[in-house]
Amino acid sequence: MDLPLALQDWFDAQGWGLHPHQRAMLVRAGDASTLLVAPTGGGKTLAGFLPSLAELADGRHQGLHTLYISPLKALTADIRRNLRRPVEGAGLPIRIEDRTGDTTYTQRRRQRADPPHILLTTPESLALLLCYEDAPRIFAGLRRVIVDEIHALAESKRGDQLMLQLARLAALSPGLRRVGLSATVEDPPALAAFLGAGTQVLQADPGPDPDIAMLVTEAPPPWAGNGAHYAIPAILEQVKRHKTTLIFHNTRAQAEIFFHRLWLLNTEDLPIGIHHGSLSREQRDRVEAAMVEGRLRAIVCTGSLDLGIDWGDVDLVIQVGAPKNVKRLVQRIGRANHRYNAPSKALLVPANRFEVVECQAALQAVAAHQLDGEPRGPGPLDVLCQHILATACAAPFDANALYAEVITAGPYAGLSRADFDLCLDFVATGGYALRAYDKWQRLMIRDAKWSLRDPRAAVVIRQNLGTIIDTETLKVRLKGRLGGTPLGEIEEAFASTLTPGDTFLIGGQVVRYDGLREMTVEVTRQPGRDPKVAVFSGTKFATSTQLSERILQIFQHGDWSDLPRHTADWLTMQTEVSRLPAPGRLLVESFGYEARQYLVLYGFAGRNAQQTLGLLATKRMEDQGLHPLGFVATDYATMIWGLDAVPDPAALLDRATLRADLEGWLGGNAVMKRTFRNVAIIAGLIERSHQGRRKSGRQATFSSAILYDTLRKYDAGHLMLAITRAEAMRGLVDFSRLEAMLERIGDRIDHVRLNRPSPLAAPLFLEMGRVPVEGAGRERLAEDAAAQLMRDAGLI
Amino acid sequence: MYRFTLASADLSALPSGALHWPDQRLLVVSDLHFGKSERLARRGGGLLPPFETRDTLQRLDDDLEASGARRVICLGDSFDDLHAAEAMDAADQLWLTRLMAGRDWTWIEGNHDAGPFALGGSHRATCQIGPLAFRHVATAETPEISGHYHPKLRLAGQARRCFLLDAARVILPAYGSYTGGLWSHDPILAGLMQPNALAVTTGKAALPLPMPRERAAGRGT
Repeated sequence: MDLPLALQDWFDAQGWGLHPHQRAMLVRAGDASTLLVAPTGGGKTLAGFLPSLAELADGRHQGLHTLYISPLKALTADIRRNLRRPVEGAGLPIRIEDRTGDTTYTQRRRQRADPPHILLTTPESLALLLCYEDAPRIFAGLRRVIVDEIHALAESKRGDQLMLQLARLAALSPGLRRVGLSATVEDPPALAAFLGAGTQVLQADPGPDPDIAMLVTEAPPPWAGNGAHYAIPAILEQVKRHKTTLIFHNTRAQAEIFFHRLWLLNTEDLPIGIHHGSLSREQRDRVEAAMVEGRLRAIVCTGSLDLGIDWGDVDLVIQVGAPKNVKRLVQRIGRANHRYNAPSKALLVPANRFEVVECQAALQAVAAHQLDGEPRGPGPLDVLCQHILATACAAPFDANALYAEVITAGPYAGLSRADFDLCLDFVATGGYALRAYDKWQRLMIRDAKWSLRDPRAAVVIRQNLGTIIDTETLKVRLKGRLGGTPLGEIEEAFASTLTPGDTFLIGGQVVRYDGLREMTVEVTRQPGRDPKVAVFSGTKFATSTQLSERILQIFQHGDWSDLPRHTADWLTMQTEVSRLPAPGRLLVESFGYEARQYLVLYGFAGRNAQQTLGLLATKRMEDQGLHPLGFVATDYATMIWGLDAVPDPAALLDRATLRADLEGWLGGNAVMKRTFRNVAIIAGLIERSHQGRRKSGRQATFSSAILYDTLRKYDAGHLMLAITRAEAMRGLVDFSRLEAMLERIGDRIDHVRLNRPSPLAAPLFLEMGRVPVEGAGRERLAEDAAAQLMRDAGLI
Repeated sequence: MYRFTLASADLSALPSGALHWPDQRLLVVSDLHFGKSERLARRGGGLLPPFETRDTLQRLDDDLEASGARRVICLGDSFDDLHAAEAMDAADQLWLTRLMAGRDWTWIEGNHDAGPFALGGSHRATCQIGPLAFRHVATAETPEISGHYHPKLRLAGQARRCFLLDAARVILPAYGSYTGGLWSHDPILAGLMQPNALAVTTGKAALPLPMPRERAAGRGT
């Protein structure tokens, strides 16, 4: 297929030539499914659209021709602008519109009645569109689907849901062609299979290697902490030397604190903004607009800018804190210098001395072109349950036909009919051992097809579509004036820890908590005060297996001349006080500190597996009467504290009984309950809590933990529990990685008793995300606390 | 259990959330919300695990057994709605009938289950035993025992359902399995209870403490 003449003329006038992979996409325009892997700045989005523009150029196609799906709303608006330029410049008769949660009601109605040629949307908005009765009409003429940043979607349930939707679309418009676009792929054939059977991979020239190094500072990084505040002067110096710098952080809390500290030292008032997912939409829009206009020299940001709009002027990326995962690091580096065939420039800033080692390991991995990423398992069944429910919303369906359709989706290619039927039964009847809902089934068979018993339920089902589960948040507003200025959102669990007068950081400002009014947190500005607390625990990623192995190798290397002096000294000190963790062995340290007994297990199995180790070990301790109170897990260690010392750590780790015990001890813990909540919401068992609904009568709603406990007690074989278990095993629980670790260490456990925390253990005291153990120890504390309160009140 | 006295009546708050008056051989429970899952399903919502009625019955059975109570007062919202009372599963209904057999059983009306339903026992808006009035929602006419608000609190980082009590009244926690709660620091509860009111936790143990009137720390360690 050739470029339409008008478009070719316009390109020539701009002095643009097509890259080889852009031409290749035109050549392959007729292929059923293509995965294009091209570096950032290589014009891969345009490459995806070129065949559509060519096919639409003659103006003969009526209705929707191409659907573009992006993980980010912001990206759809940006692509619309970028795509309209050549289309309007060449005078092509092509209508391009976007449709997201931000699109007005009128606009959305009009789009359903009269769809544009090219519609730019997100998986969630597409799910809604497919849920309407007129979906067959809207999508009847659809020819092409383009999935942008497909690697990012493939990492989550959003991708699984999208692939089910593509299967639906393919049924509605046979002959539909697919294109996946990605810059960073560790395993192209796996991603191709995800997009669909028979997908061909088109690999563009990857471009030059990035220019990447560790930031060298005068002051050494601290022993502990994850703020990297020591490096702020050096980072400001880098900002001055570059046009525009993106400063990435791993969590929102870290970004907030860093931003606050940065401004205290920003004596030259360099224009620097902050951007993360908990800031209000208005605030993020302002920062993005300022960035596009080139008014900012730097943005302190989080994963919210991992993907997104191309800002051509970014010439430096700084990663603050350990990169955790080489693939994401490479992706972030790619945000710098969006010119094709020019190297991206990046600096890594370790936040503490441990992270110096991890940064070193990451540099080695990038140089070796070794990306990582844990392979995804088969498509999760909660997403399938939602898909079945959504399908019934659109129209009655035949179970055989739907099963045949579902298994054409990459992640569900291996789905058994039995599992499909379990999901269908769950959606229709609840799937309980006690058949309680014969009268009130959600789906009924009418005329040999499944349909909603109560068509009015469709409204609620639509409201609950999607696989993104927000943590419950409360809006934060400045007190006074009309309603007050919105600042952002904080997690409800965090809000519940605040008492009036407490100060915290949000949007780079220190604010004082005044009170809660109608589900809104009211605050007052408190400039110049040190905040009591930061805001979020934020997203945490597990350090990849590859990086963990490289770190252990660096430890064992013994020659640390590659590392900064301070870090080499610190490792030496650890060898003097205790010892360094080694591959194939497990280092365990124990010590007393501030009226608690501590146990640290250096498993290097990644955060999730270390968390499971915490759950497992504390359960054992509980059984042995050792009164554990809680634990915290990082990527390299688990630290447990309790009222009693642990005499024999090896007894906590007996592998033979471990596997057998898994069910029992895993069942009752908080991680499983959290996983269950997400699964139950996605599968349509419980509704999302909507701000408006929560406002009234809180005693009407009850915790999903109660449902979880009830199910375990009365229907332990239920599908929701099976899904929860499967998900936890490969996600939050990551038992496979824990087992692999235990396998490696065998009985080689080195228990070191200390009289104070070791250099390696110290950072663990500052970790967020502590998990309480609800056992006898805590009950004893509760008794003590209640008694103390009674004494304080003079009542006993 | 936690023993206390209201208007010279010697009462016990049980860890299960039931109130025991040994001298009267009386057990009081509130807000059982039988049939909650059935009602949600009827309205086209999610099909929740349909086990809350038997779970609640099991705990009630255990409490009746242990306390040896001959009289029972259910303080209203015993059923999630009147239809739920009629639609009760046959096995559950049999179980409940067995518990009621040989006991003086009073159903107080709540806002969810106003009006009579087909089950035995007496059906009343309020009832009076000695000095104490029993009703669904607290009033100014004390001393009284009521329910309705589902009070809860946070202690050492854990959320727990609780009794609220002062010299004039007791507010019972919800006894039903599928029930949420209202924080004791909610202005409604803070306004109802006297300044020196106590809260008594449910759960593993009935622990007394001064009624929390401010948001407590959420996640203790």
